[in-house]
Amino acid sequence: MNTKSVEIGVGVFVALGLAALLMLAMKVSNLAELTAPDGYQLTARFENIGGLKVRAPVTMAGVRVGRVTEIDFDDNTYQAVVGFSVNPRYARIPLDTSASIFTAGLLGEQYIGLEAGGDEEFLTEGGEILLTQSAIVLEQVIGQFLYSKAAEGGS
Amino acid sequence: MIGLLRRFGRTGLTFFERLGRGSIFVLHVLAGVPALFLRPGLIVAQIWSVGVRSLIITVVSGVFVGMVLGLQGYNTLVDFGAEESLGVVVALSLVRELGPVVSALLFAGRAGSALTAEIGLMKATEQLDGMEMMAVDPLRRVVAPRFVAGVISMPLLAAMFSAVGVLGGYFVGVGLLGVDEGAFWSQMQSAVDVNDDILNGVIKSVAFGIVVTWIAVFEGYDSVPTSEGVSAATTRTVVHSSLAVLGLDFVLTALMFN
Repeated sequence: MNTKSVEIGVGVFVALGLAALLMLAMKVSNLAELTAPDGYQLTARFENIGGLKVRAPVTMAGVRVGRVTEIDFDDNTYQAVVGFSVNPRYARIPLDTSASIFTAGLLGEQYIGLEAGGDEEFLTEGGEILLTQSAIVLEQVIGQFLYSKAAEGGS
Repeated sequence: MIGLLRRFGRTGLTFFERLGRGSIFVLHVLAGVPALFLRPGLIVAQIWSVGVRSLIITVVSGVFVGMVLGLQGYNTLVDFGAEESLGVVVALSLVRELGPVVSALLFAGRAGSALTAEIGLMKATEQLDGMEMMAVDPLRRVVAPRFVAGVISMPLLAAMFSAVGVLGGYFVGVGLLGVDEGAFWSQMQSAVDVNDDILNGVIKSVAFGIVVTWIAVFEGYDSVPTSEGVSAATTRTVVHSSLAVLGLDFVLTALMFN
């Protein structure tokens, strides 16, 4: 093998390897999302967030408008404080929007669904959503069902 | 009885002796690496022999592993009605685990054994001694370029393995089994994280590259200079580096994905 073809071969090899890494980064992973513009932060307080995790989607009318960025616990009010960032493209979310925690699909990933209110003013950076609905906890639902059945049987 | 104890003792002491010799060896090699950047031609020639020549086996294995993942993943997911997640299964399995590990095992078998045999034969034919006579440090001239070439090639090969594996899974899942193409890519893109998954996979493959190449060059350099010695060293390279890769994989996975 003469030096020239060896060098060409190695060059092609390294180029292919870097191209493979690039393809993995661009097509296979969520790099495109990481480079998306930073959104504005909103918070919402819930009694129970169930299985909600950081990076869970925040949707409105089913369209993903943001992501959960942090989950904290307030030990004065004993509520969960969820911080999420909204894509700045969606800047017209009314002040009285409500946030609920729903479950998506079979494998049970939970997400926040926003329902628009009717206010004419919109939420801005640092705003808080006041109307919230917690996640449905299966045991509580079953417990309520059993109590109501017992109450029916007793009366 | 005493003989058995003596053998155990000798085996244990030999193990530690070789481990120590290998560690001192790799420190000498690393000390010789900066001087290599004055002669990149040496590294390029070694990347050809170690990396480019392993390309075919890595890519072909990657395609088949990806296709099998697509098939098996589909068979299992379709029972839960979750076949749209096939992209996630294929991509995460490849990028996190199969890409770095399987390509490291193939690399150990193909390039590692070649490195050991080459250096072992140089030792057996007294070429390394001859170099020392001429005041050329064989660690810097012969071993260091091969070490650097192995460490550079390994992550590139692992990335190529994962990439063609994903394409193989796409071909089987979307092409043959009818999974929705949009769902395949979009679910994959939302589930695979650049920092948690791809970067960790690259770090793993660099670690595997260091370990496999270190074992390969050390076994060659430390081999008994006969034909049997070289053959035994080549076998030891493949076995020890495969075990080391699998063990290190567990440790790294526990550290990274916990």
